[in-house]
Amino acid sequence: MILKHIRQSLMMFIFFFVLLGIVYPVLITALAQVIFKEKANGSLITYDGKIVGSKLICQPINDPRFFWFRPSSTSDFPCNPLSSGGSNLGPTNKQLIKNVKSRIELLKSYDIDGPYPGDMILGSGSGLEPYISIKNAMLQAKRVSKYSGIPYQNIVSLINKYKEPKTFGIFGADKVNVMKLNMELLKWMKKDQHQKAY
Amino acid sequence: MINFIIQLSLFFIILSLISQFLGKYMANVFEGNIYGWLKPLHTLEGFVYKIFKIEASKEMSWIDYLIGVLVFNAIGFLVLFLTLIFQAYLPLNQYHIKNMSWDLALNTAVSFVTNTNWQAYSGESAATYFSQMTGLALQNFLSAATGIAVATALIRGFVRKTTIYIGNFYVDFTRSILYVLLPLSIIASLILISQGIIQNFSSYIKADLLIPFKDSIKEITNQIIPMGPVASQEAIKLLGTNGGGFFNANSAHPFENPTAFSNLFEAFLIILIPASLFFTFGYMVKDKRQGWFLYIVSLVILISFMVIQYYYELKGNPILKHLGVKNTYPIGKELRFGLSGSSIFTTITTTTSCGAVNTMHDSLTPIGGLIPMSLMALGEIIFGGVGSGLYGMISMVIVAVFIAGLMIGRTPEYLNKKIEAKEMWSSVIITLIAGITALLLSAMALITKSGISSIENPGPHGLSEILYAYISAANNNGSAFGGLNANTVFYNITTALAMLIGRFFPIGAVLYMAGSLANKKLIPPSAGTLPTHTPVFGIWLAFIILIVGLLTFLPAFSLGPILEQMLMLKGVLF
Repeated sequence: MILKHIRQSLMMFIFFFVLLGIVYPVLITALAQVIFKEKANGSLITYDGKIVGSKLICQPINDPRFFWFRPSSTSDFPCNPLSSGGSNLGPTNKQLIKNVKSRIELLKSYDIDGPYPGDMILGSGSGLEPYISIKNAMLQAKRVSKYSGIPYQNIVSLINKYKEPKTFGIFGADKVNVMKLNMELLKWMKKDQHQKAY
Repeated sequence: MINFIIQLSLFFIILSLISQFLGKYMANVFEGNIYGWLKPLHTLEGFVYKIFKIEASKEMSWIDYLIGVLVFNAIGFLVLFLTLIFQAYLPLNQYHIKNMSWDLALNTAVSFVTNTNWQAYSGESAATYFSQMTGLALQNFLSAATGIAVATALIRGFVRKTTIYIGNFYVDFTRSILYVLLPLSIIASLILISQGIIQNFSSYIKADLLIPFKDSIKEITNQIIPMGPVASQEAIKLLGTNGGGFFNANSAHPFENPTAFSNLFEAFLIILIPASLFFTFGYMVKDKRQGWFLYIVSLVILISFMVIQYYYELKGNPILKHLGVKNTYPIGKELRFGLSGSSIFTTITTTTSCGAVNTMHDSLTPIGGLIPMSLMALGEIIFGGVGSGLYGMISMVIVAVFIAGLMIGRTPEYLNKKIEAKEMWSSVIITLIAGITALLLSAMALITKSGISSIENPGPHGLSEILYAYISAANNNGSAFGGLNANTVFYNITTALAMLIGRFFPIGAVLYMAGSLANKKLIPPSAGTLPTHTPVFGIWLAFIILIVGLLTFLPAFSLGPILEQMLMLKGVLF
């Protein structure tokens, strides 16, 4: 009886290995590459003909002229897509408090005062989140304007332009994509430099 | 809060509507009444049996069925294990990923075969596309189909009379894949891709940073972005309540879960089949009320837990608030889902045996983390895993009927079958084995150095990390308090053991019970029969579930999350 089961099981396994392990993902990839090419390939952003990142993945940044992402504790460096994950620090861990305090000190050194929205101080689950809250962006606007030389009003209207409200006004959160904001800032600065050069 | 209630209501209204249809559809498919419009698939099915010489018309006794399950799963385990320890030599290894160590491969193979998907490895750096596709994603299908097949066999035990046959494993298995899991996965993957989930076979992409990073220690000019066939695996990971992420961050990763809509859609996919199976049960035993009954009891328990979880997360961590942080819930959560999206997902993924996470559970507030832990500790029966949730719930109903019978002096009966010693033995094994395994192994970890040294968060939270790990493994959930370093020989072996016990002992007991029930006569309900669809019995069942599930763990929980909550309110740090 067991031998008969082994034969039948093996046969079934081979069939499903081919159908589900190979045919299914290849079929879905083919469909995806035809219907949703940009999304299926990672929503990549190009600038000056080079791939500079993905709309969905944050990047390490400490340049005060640009918007900052949420803190990220991925290993090697922040926003490292090869080691996605959160800090996993528990609510009563001293290390968490230490991290929060040093983050607040950093913000204070740029004249950003509290109370702070949580996403400005605390890391995400993936460590790769590209979004920040509107409040967070607005608090950063003054610093960005000061160091980049772009007028404050323009920065605020940029945030408002890229603001993504809750889906159907209910689902998710009001947020803004930092990759998109920084792209705009970068273009702005290049244009500025260009004008100054002449 | 109002926003949360609106989302929650919408979610469950849609679920209630769709799961009834899917439940009826599955009942028809498993009974062999294949719809006319499924003719092409039906032809394919027959063709498969013919080519591969499957004796499809031959029914099996419970022991025959069980051997089928075990042999098939053993083959799956072996192939997956070999794939993982030799993955570096196999195709589709663009990123030059190394072979897995034997203990990690053993743990991972057991994990995916048992529908647990506990992950001691991190997908983007330790598994090749080939391993993910033909190993892990394949097992997502196979383990889910195994669960559905076993549940179907149990239902037949109630429907049939005086026979030793409970169906054919290979047929039940093939049907649940061809008619249910595969078509749903195809639709789901396309919807997920439309939201931004990736699906390709490209090499990892090197992106030059938009703004190069420089500080006193290092300079970073690029980041490597992993790619892969993610959506096809994501769909079955959720539909099959498997939960093993393509990437380490699982459903928190923007490539696995990019938007607020994809988030709720994923939560919906997780609970869809377990919810539908309650209705399938109702249709197959020809008493739809029984299906509705189990659905409503589960729904009430789930929603209560969900609301508590949301409330405690919203209240947040007073220590951080004191430092000037306005809302502390974003820690370990993705902003784009909102708190509601995180709470709904976190409770659904633990009430079913899915274990995909969109939130890092280790960073939840103590009570916020106690809720998912308790939902798993209930035994993965509030909806539960695909198939395993239904048979776990039925065993709990049998326990409830039996205790009620003892109290009021009626002969215990369920669905016109007398509940006797064999059924009670099986039900007790099914309901208790995971809890016992989890507690014993946690105790073992706590008294050994190799157990303690993996803890990341000291204090009572460390105990929670270990408890969570074994409760998750033994109940085949697979989510984790991720701070615990689980990729050690000690944890790889002990969690693998917990997963095997928690999966195959109950399966054996379920099939044994199915065989015993099928052999019984049907007894028409009399005045002495306890009706099993009334509100009174519903409250009774809920109490039994909570008492059996939670009382087992109360002492351990009080030393872990409950103690931590009190200390957190006092501002104590570790």
